[in-house]
Amino acid sequence: MNLLEIDNLGLALNGTPILDGLDMDLWEGHVHAVVGPNGAGKSTLAGTVMGLEDYRRYTGEIRFDGTSLAGLGVDERARLGMTLGWQEPARFEGLRVPEFVRLAARDKDEDAVRSCLSRSGLDPDRYWDRAADKTLSGGERKKLELASILAMQPRLVMLDEPDSGIDVESLSRIHDAIGALKAGGATVVLITHSAEVLDWAEHAFLMCCGRIVDKGNVDKISHYFKDRCIPCDHKNRPDLGQEGAP
Amino acid sequence: MTTTDLFEVAKIHRQVRDPDVAHLAIGLNKVVSRNGVEGLAVETEEVADGVNIDVTVAEGAVIAKPVHMCFGLLQEAGIQKITMRLTVEPRARLAVMAHCVFPNAEDVRHLMDAVIRVGEGAAYSYFERHIHSPQGGITVVPKADIHLARGARFKTDFELLEGRVGHIDIDYETTCDADSRLEMNAAVSGRGDDRINIREIGHLNGERARGVLTSRVAVRDDASADIYNELTASAAGAVGHVDCKEIVQGRAVAHAVPVVQVNHPKAHITHEAALGSVDSRQLETLMARGLSEDEATEVIIDGLLRST
Repeated sequence: MNLLEIDNLGLALNGTPILDGLDMDLWEGHVHAVVGPNGAGKSTLAGTVMGLEDYRRYTGEIRFDGTSLAGLGVDERARLGMTLGWQEPARFEGLRVPEFVRLAARDKDEDAVRSCLSRSGLDPDRYWDRAADKTLSGGERKKLELASILAMQPRLVMLDEPDSGIDVESLSRIHDAIGALKAGGATVVLITHSAEVLDWAEHAFLMCCGRIVDKGNVDKISHYFKDRCIPCDHKNRPDLGQEGAP
Repeated sequence: MTTTDLFEVAKIHRQVRDPDVAHLAIGLNKVVSRNGVEGLAVETEEVADGVNIDVTVAEGAVIAKPVHMCFGLLQEAGIQKITMRLTVEPRARLAVMAHCVFPNAEDVRHLMDAVIRVGEGAAYSYFERHIHSPQGGITVVPKADIHLARGARFKTDFELLEGRVGHIDIDYETTCDADSRLEMNAAVSGRGDDRINIREIGHLNGERARGVLTSRVAVRDDASADIYNELTASAAGAVGHVDCKEIVQGRAVAHAVPVVQVNHPKAHITHEAALGSVDSRQLETLMARGLSEDEATEVIIDGLLRST
């Protein structure tokens, strides 16, 4: 069963088409990856699905669990059960780490908040009195954002570059947290250009020039992505790359 | 309302019953309650429109628990003028928690004129919290002339987050001798037709003197804020920072003037100022977790005001 259905999605920013007739269906309860080179439109796709202000003027149709998202704001989409983890999470002055997690949490109990921090790789004892501001590194903010998503228990999670700023030792914790989201019934979308993160998924989409140019099992997409997209010989011009495309 | 009510509003009813905690409570122009501790001398003089106060902490005395001061006016209209001379003698330690309580104000003026002297190696911290009425019918004018002797430390936090501001006009000026430390923080939230004026000045005159001026202001509706932060450094090793952030919502207007001046080649001052709407990334992050735009805005503004 599809949780998210996208038909003929288009979006132009400052006159430049970023998403161009994109179609995509996400099976519920699976971990999906969207891969593609820089500038393919991956982050814009996530922002458009989430309803971010800069991406509201799209054409086409996005349905979540059968309901059209047209006209719904970010908060309304979130209350339907979807959320987004940013590539570079925001900083929050004056807000402590547990307060940030608790804002999103279904279960606001201290033990539940501690558990979410721990599962995202942040030691609750070390971070309980820390502020969610510029004193946290990029990697720490990334983990904190994941903790808040774990606490929210959404049905659809889009994670933009989930390994960005994460040290090698912590990568396995992020992988485990994504597994925990799936185990809780969530559908996960990993936006990435990392071959390693792609391997965490069960199903993948290859995106180029604002379109889905292929989809299928991870091995197939991974093989093509590693061989042809890193480096890309036709940088976001799929029309030039059709020969030998999977 | 009674004196007890004053303490309840200020949420200090437990502290003022503690015999080891010094306190001084003033309602309009009367001293309504007081308690002293060893090392702290407090003299008061009631005058027609307020109270003159002289506070001295004896040399080397350490006042272990924060002294609570409560300035209140429970009537709807009136003037309360507090004239204070506060001296912390060398190597003494004092912390004051001041609560300014005007819960029913419709036409109230609260004027504070302070002269503060912090002696060599002494430390003084002053936390001032205001509780105003929802009507905003109040004018608050705190002025302070502060001097820090060699090695002295002074920190002040001004917080006005409860009730309407009305009109506030803060004017603090501090001169700092060698090796002294200055920290002045102000957090004010205005709405309606509130007017906020903050003028904080620090002169780092002595070698290795350090100073930080921080302002956090949120203005909504038709409120206005005018912030002037000035820091000068005039000796070797003097280091300072000015940090002003203001969030503007609705038709509110914010104006900030950070002035930094360095008069010595081995001194250094930095400043940062940010004025504008709520950060869209912060807002969308919280909304993506299910908070409404209004809820997310409140969280961000509350955090900003708590971050001094």
